[in-house]
Amino acid sequence: MTVKNHVLKNVYRDSVALMRLSREMEGLENVAQATAIMGTDNNKELLAQAGLLADSGKSATPNDLIVAFDLTPPGREEAVMTSVQHRLMSGRQGTSGGTSYRPRSMEGALQTLPQANLAMISVPGEHAAREATKALDLGLNVLLFSDNVPLEDEVDLKQQAISRGLLMMGPDCGTAIINGVPLGFANAVPSGRVGLVSASGSGLQQVICLLAESGEGISHALGVGGRDLSDEVNGAMMLEGLRALREDSATEIIVLISKPPAQSARDRVLEAASRCGKPCVISFLGEQEERASRGNIQMEDNLESTALRILKLLGKEPPGWAFLDDKSRKQIESIIASTDPGHRSIRGLYSGGTLCYESLFILRNLGHQAGSGLEREQVGGDLLIDMGDDRYTVGRPHPMIDFRSRCDALVQAAADPEVGVVLLDVILGYGAHPDPAAELAPAILEAQKIARNGGRRLACVVALCGSPDDPQDMDQQQKTLTHAGALVVHSNALAARIASAISRGAAGPLPGGDTRG
Amino acid sequence: MAEKRDLLGGPPATINVGLEVFADTLQELGFPVVQVDWRPSAGGDHRLTDLLSRLEQSGDSNAEGTN
Repeated sequence: MTVKNHVLKNVYRDSVALMRLSREMEGLENVAQATAIMGTDNNKELLAQAGLLADSGKSATPNDLIVAFDLTPPGREEAVMTSVQHRLMSGRQGTSGGTSYRPRSMEGALQTLPQANLAMISVPGEHAAREATKALDLGLNVLLFSDNVPLEDEVDLKQQAISRGLLMMGPDCGTAIINGVPLGFANAVPSGRVGLVSASGSGLQQVICLLAESGEGISHALGVGGRDLSDEVNGAMMLEGLRALREDSATEIIVLISKPPAQSARDRVLEAASRCGKPCVISFLGEQEERASRGNIQMEDNLESTALRILKLLGKEPPGWAFLDDKSRKQIESIIASTDPGHRSIRGLYSGGTLCYESLFILRNLGHQAGSGLEREQVGGDLLIDMGDDRYTVGRPHPMIDFRSRCDALVQAAADPEVGVVLLDVILGYGAHPDPAAELAPAILEAQKIARNGGRRLACVVALCGSPDDPQDMDQQQKTLTHAGALVVHSNALAARIASAISRGAAGPLPGGDTRG
Repeated sequence: MAEKRDLLGGPPATINVGLEVFADTLQELGFPVVQVDWRPSAGGDHRLTDLLSRLEQSGDSNAEGTN
């Protein structure tokens, strides 16, 4: 092992660009392992843990780029660095509005684009509040994609925005679609009559994708960040979004989505929704006792039932995605017949936090003692992990972009003799990985091989969350994953119920159009 | 205070600060976007960054030049 570090002073690239660079380096001759990473203390520690930190890299500052690689056999160091420099230069062309000019500040950007009305911010969390404050000061609405932002900063930013009459979407806002313009992780869905405000990015994506597959579009989809309905933030931006959609003439039905909110935020949102003058579907995920109709409000408890309720309000027939076809049902029965009852624990590896959460409460409602990676580190039995959680994304891209962690975790799960079912989500759309199936399919094949070598069968159930018009070609994604042996459905709730059926060895209760699980 | 810019009245025009992949998407679809050449303020020094933020909040300094 010959570890080399090159420190490129004052060279900054974002985490996605660095992920791509790292991959390209690993494809070069003699390079056994490679990483390009900014020189923060945290990142240097990660490099050291990976055995890729040389003495020369220790002096890097957070503003420097460390190019680290292991040459086996030694040699070709110069060729690697020539390739890296070429990539760094070529990667800076072809963006920034069609020119190579990149203003160094938001003020400069406003001079270039005077009509700008939105700042989309995805810098590392420790810098995010500062950039968002600048944007609000300039009169810009903000979509703050960054996570790892302190809660007190979120409260302050949203108060600043409200005082200026601006929208402050996020932090940790992964998606929005405004007048058909996709922002962040967003799907190619048609324009339509449904307006949404969501404290859950992947939850929002699941609902609009199920609607799109049923031929229904949206007016606007506004993300507000997962903590908006906490005690501290108190629904500040969901209320602003609701107000905006109430006044929007294109919006006929309003949909509000969140994990279970704090009581006072819940009361505020319900009160405002009851007065909005439009039909409202409110999805507080997991609040089954609240599933009811009251005035203009219909409460739902999962994403699938939310989409079904919207379609019903729009006079649509129950869609195909709510049902299992005969082939899938037979596949499930075959898996159950060939799986040892002692090896049927579920391992969920999610990129969408809300999809993970939805699966967790569906499984628990079905009697599983399912744990989440956030509650406990070491558990036997069913375990669902949100790999997009802050703790897994420091210094690296979101798992919708970067599949390395999930593929590794999938292979590890296959080696666990207790695990019989792996649950995965694959989220398509703009900003997401251009070909997720190409990343996951080899890992699924390898995982199944590992299980077979251990005398077991491993079922892989995939919730494919996408729109027929997404750039990844949803049909092709489904074919590739199915060919690798995965069972693919489009409703995350249905995927969870299938996993439960396999785990419990009984396909009987699967749908039908029953969405209660 | 800067002029407020309404968001839902039409397709947004976006200033992108951070992940370039988001600006690339908008550009490819033909929507107006400008990518800011962002890098950590104060050379990534957290202590200096905090100090700058406090100065900005107090209105004693215009630190935009540090970016």
